[in-house]
Amino acid sequence: MNHWIIAPIVLPAVVAPFIIMVIRYHRDLQRVFSVASVVALNLVALVLLSQAMDGTIGVYELGDWPAPFGIVLVLDRLSALMVLLTTLLALAVVLYAIGSGWDTRGRHFHALFQFQLMGVLGAFLTGDAFNLFVFFEVLLIASYGLMIHGGGATRLRAGVQYVVYNLLGSTLFLFALGTLYSVTGTLNMADLAVRVAELPAEDTALLRVGAVLLLLVFAIKAAVLPLHFWLPASYANAPMPVAAFFAIMTKVGAYAILRLYTLVFGPEVAVTAGLVGDWLLPAALLTLAVGSIGILGARELGRLVAFSAIASMGTLLIAISLFTPQAATAAVYYVIHSTFATALMFLIADLVIERRGGRLAPTPPMPQGGVVAALFFAGAIALAGMPPLSGFIGKLLVMDASRASAQVWTVWAVILTTSLITIVGMARAGSILFWKSHDHSLRPPDLPEDEDDGAPEAPDHAPEPVPGLAFVPVFALLAALVALTVLAGPVMRYTEATAAQLFAPAGYIETVLQRPGS
Amino acid sequence: MEILLASAVGILTASGIYLILRQRSFPVIIGLSLLSYAVNLFLFATGRLALNQPPILNKYAEVAYTDPLPQALVLTAIVISFGMTAVVVMIALSAYLAARNDRIDMTGETGEDA
Repeated sequence: MNHWIIAPIVLPAVVAPFIIMVIRYHRDLQRVFSVASVVALNLVALVLLSQAMDGTIGVYELGDWPAPFGIVLVLDRLSALMVLLTTLLALAVVLYAIGSGWDTRGRHFHALFQFQLMGVLGAFLTGDAFNLFVFFEVLLIASYGLMIHGGGATRLRAGVQYVVYNLLGSTLFLFALGTLYSVTGTLNMADLAVRVAELPAEDTALLRVGAVLLLLVFAIKAAVLPLHFWLPASYANAPMPVAAFFAIMTKVGAYAILRLYTLVFGPEVAVTAGLVGDWLLPAALLTLAVGSIGILGARELGRLVAFSAIASMGTLLIAISLFTPQAATAAVYYVIHSTFATALMFLIADLVIERRGGRLAPTPPMPQGGVVAALFFAGAIALAGMPPLSGFIGKLLVMDASRASAQVWTVWAVILTTSLITIVGMARAGSILFWKSHDHSLRPPDLPEDEDDGAPEAPDHAPEPVPGLAFVPVFALLAALVALTVLAGPVMRYTEATAAQLFAPAGYIETVLQRPGS
Repeated sequence: MEILLASAVGILTASGIYLILRQRSFPVIIGLSLLSYAVNLFLFATGRLALNQPPILNKYAEVAYTDPLPQALVLTAIVISFGMTAVVVMIALSAYLAARNDRIDMTGETGEDA
């Protein structure tokens, strides 16, 4: 059996307790181990990607139990790509957290971060629906700790809201899984696909209920419109580097939709055909609209970036909800772009907030304002989907893929209008933040977020930000976006192959259900 | 028995949702616990209700058995909801101590822009 597949889960699962139990009082050692673990995960992810590149599907049977009975981890092109995306993002975020000193503003940042990585990577790799629930819980429980990292009254209250909302989502997830199990008698994704296809027509009412409940759960994670309320308050009040890593958490929801509704409730399955797409497309369009209006209306930088995360989820879900191979190609490309661009914007927001506070009102100029302004400009271009960065290619692909859809004019109108609104909103924020801030006669910034920071949990010794290191991951993320634009051809070939694999689930099902080894 | 279990799940869910909509930390946490009880009962029922049957196959006799998998799922769900309840209690307590206020919603003096 190929043991590489479980390495992304085992490695953080070992490093995190080690950090808590052995080196909890050694901040420098914690940093070393955390970075080393993330670098090693990146190497593992590269190995996994090279294994999945040629289309082979790797199966890892936990405890050597064959597929429908035991839990399996499955590595195909999509999960390999998502794993690499997560580890790259994690590297940028952990470097930024060290460079900006965020990891010293509360306890256990690195341990929680490793646990969260374990949950996210596990969710991308698992081939079992109940195991997916378990990994969701792992990533959520770590994210609760990260979300309130640093403490402060507002952040804690936002944290309670976030936890309650997600616990409700988890309950709904269990109801959905119970419904599916009661109809099909299995929770292995490949086995589910077989059973759902064989189900007699008169038994499908409960199955449709289960499918829609499951969609609701993933829509909560992906912040699709009627269920997006948790996101702005949580992300805007979370520490910005943490929010940057949360950019991958909404993608977990999108990934689960893409995975389950191509594999189990695929387009050719009669009982649920059209069910998901018909509901998801209007919701995604509304998500995009509300996200961009939120960008225009935000009075605070954190909320602005949080709404831009919602808007990019909207674009992504438009592509997913079309459920065609071409749209899935665009969706997978857009996932990469959206993750990097959202994380980049959150990190830039942190650079700004650390220097002048998050309120969108004129203040005296900030130190290193020129560099930060240039970065904000580049990030805004990427998020709004303007050329020359990859957001433009991503939106173009999504629009091109929607040409076959009956809703093509609605989709185009919404994407183009919201792009304009986003540009206006970003231009407004940027000009307030950087251009109106040249008047030295203005009163000094009141730094409204400082009352939150470090109040209850003062660091053991003074934070020691590594000078300049904070800029490295920001430029690295920007470089990733540039690379995604320049190398759009090879990336597109990979995402096309990914989409082809997703829409031919027979290979996945056969590989999982028939033991590849013995 | 089906009616009894179904109404138990229904009443627990309804009470849980009512309590969550109260928007104060304590009722919300109780409501979440009730919801997790409801979902645990519901998971039990997904393997069909069976009385006095072992959850194992007997290869020496043709004996009916009850589905063991939902019991394993319920066990996992119980453990997870235990841990989650502990976490939410701790976060809600520290939020209450920091803000002197146990409201769950964030409108009001801290404002949505806070």
